[in-house]
Amino acid sequence: MSFLRTKIDQLKKPFLKGAKFEKYAPAFGALETFLFVPDHTTKKGAHIRDAVDLKRTMFMVILALLPALVYGMYNAGYQHFSQLGETFTFWDAFSHGAYKIIPMIVVSYAVGLGIEFIFAIYRGHEVNEGYLVTGLLIPMIMPIDLPLWMLAISVVFAVLIGKEAFGGTGMNVLNPALTARAFAFFAYPTFMSGDKVWVSEATNIDAISGETILGKLAAGKDIAWNASDMFFGSIPGSVSETSTLWILAGAAILILTGVGSWRIILSGFIGAALTALLLNQFPVNPLMGFPWYEHLIVGGLAFGIVFMATDPVSAAQTEKGKWIYGFLVGFFCILIRVLNPAYPEGVMLAILLMNVFAPTIDHYVVNANIKKRKKRLIAVQNIKTVS
Amino acid sequence: MAAKKEKKQDKPIVLFVNEEKEPLLSKKNIALVTDPLNDNNPITVQVLGICSALAITVQLKPALVMAIAVMAVVASSNVIVSLIRNFIPNRIRIIVQLVIVAGLVVLVDLILKAFAYDVSKQLSVFVGLIITNCIVMGRLEAFALANGPWKSFLDGIGNAAGYGIILVIVAFFRELLGSGKLFGFHVIPEEVYQMGYMNNGLMLLSPMALITVGLLIWVQRSRNRKLIEK
Repeated sequence: MSFLRTKIDQLKKPFLKGAKFEKYAPAFGALETFLFVPDHTTKKGAHIRDAVDLKRTMFMVILALLPALVYGMYNAGYQHFSQLGETFTFWDAFSHGAYKIIPMIVVSYAVGLGIEFIFAIYRGHEVNEGYLVTGLLIPMIMPIDLPLWMLAISVVFAVLIGKEAFGGTGMNVLNPALTARAFAFFAYPTFMSGDKVWVSEATNIDAISGETILGKLAAGKDIAWNASDMFFGSIPGSVSETSTLWILAGAAILILTGVGSWRIILSGFIGAALTALLLNQFPVNPLMGFPWYEHLIVGGLAFGIVFMATDPVSAAQTEKGKWIYGFLVGFFCILIRVLNPAYPEGVMLAILLMNVFAPTIDHYVVNANIKKRKKRLIAVQNIKTVS
Repeated sequence: MAAKKEKKQDKPIVLFVNEEKEPLLSKKNIALVTDPLNDNNPITVQVLGICSALAITVQLKPALVMAIAVMAVVASSNVIVSLIRNFIPNRIRIIVQLVIVAGLVVLVDLILKAFAYDVSKQLSVFVGLIITNCIVMGRLEAFALANGPWKSFLDGIGNAAGYGIILVIVAFFRELLGSGKLFGFHVIPEEVYQMGYMNNGLMLLSPMALITVGLLIWVQRSRNRKLIEK
């Protein structure tokens, strides 16, 4: 270990203050802190520097994402081979998915981190770690056959306009990963929705039924999957949104480590369930009659609520606000799904909408608290004057 | 052009006794035209006239026609209001200005319908909406009411040009990336499409116009030292 440390210290010399490559210090620092926890100490005030810094927090999220990602790789191959009608083993399916998905992850990281490093050097601050998660999330919520250059442009848009324009990590109003998806969704609609995009290499196959469940429902067709398929995830969909089981495993990691807010996750599911239950009372079309518990396990609802809505930057910050925020995400998601057939899946738009309103929710929660405390103060003063 | 204006100025010159004599294209007067192009751009600095900038920048041609129409309206309404500025009762000046602008806009609309019917159809309601363009009223209130006709004319030309430049830049990117054309001609070769390139559908939607204007503001502010706020 100490050998590594001395080696890094040697390498670090040209990047120190006043040295030759001082300008590129942020880039070096970003790589150094991957290996060692930074040794900064706080100089002023009573602050404690936790060893769990942003980089370690982000690693927890990546850890939580891995089960869904690995299952997504398997499912991509499973959908591909089962639609072709070929026999295949687990490894066939997994390697087919990995062959498709790993280039997406590489492109996403290369482009996104490239922009982050340029901005960090230009602005002279440290490279923020926020992109580690965003860069993995973006390929996970895209259709498997999205051309890589479209993915790259979406990443550029998300990082430049979703994040850097607002001042970088921690300042963004919208969730960057969803910004990327929204960009791709509106810019290249033929690659982002329809019946050909969800199964890998589906365009080569004739007479394929590759629509998502929600897409079929919106088109008024019958669905061939039962609830257990939906829960375990052997259905077509974006790369790793299909398996509710593995997403819940990720949610458990997020909640146990305290990285994600259980309030948002819980109230999001409650909001969606109640809204769907309400709409189930008026089953005038198959969409409104779609059982509420199945609404929770199809499409990207679970993935969105667990990994996107809980984004600590763009979500509501107050505890009460988190309940309201999560509930409304679920509510709007079902509303868009059921009442607007143009968008079969609504979780992306619902979360982006609530991202915009999160500061407003916080504002009212804080003001309500101030009012309550003022009332209490007046009440106490009244008692004192009476006595 | 300049000589003509000078003659026009001769008549009402009695009214402006206090006006200083200065050459027609003095440094100050030239600044009236060049200033709104960059340092004081109506769209990117004052953020006026955004509505029409979002609506008609899908293609270059309507954007260019719109820019010229606005230039005609701003310049001539500036001159007219400047000429009668000492007769307008202060309390009803907005109504008087509106009547003048409305008359000019109707004129422009009719001319467009007569000579460029297709473009006029594309612009549809937005020609009529030049009346509500903040740049027109803004220049009348802020400049023409307090300055002579020649200066007001230059100011109108400058501000409309500043508006037009942004319109054309935004329309250039939106038409190029959104439909692969410029002025209606295909500029992106067919081979590129066959390699898998696709037009960006988001560019055709108005949010992208807002974002393009935002990016222009970003670029301008980081390049122009005068605009950097502390």
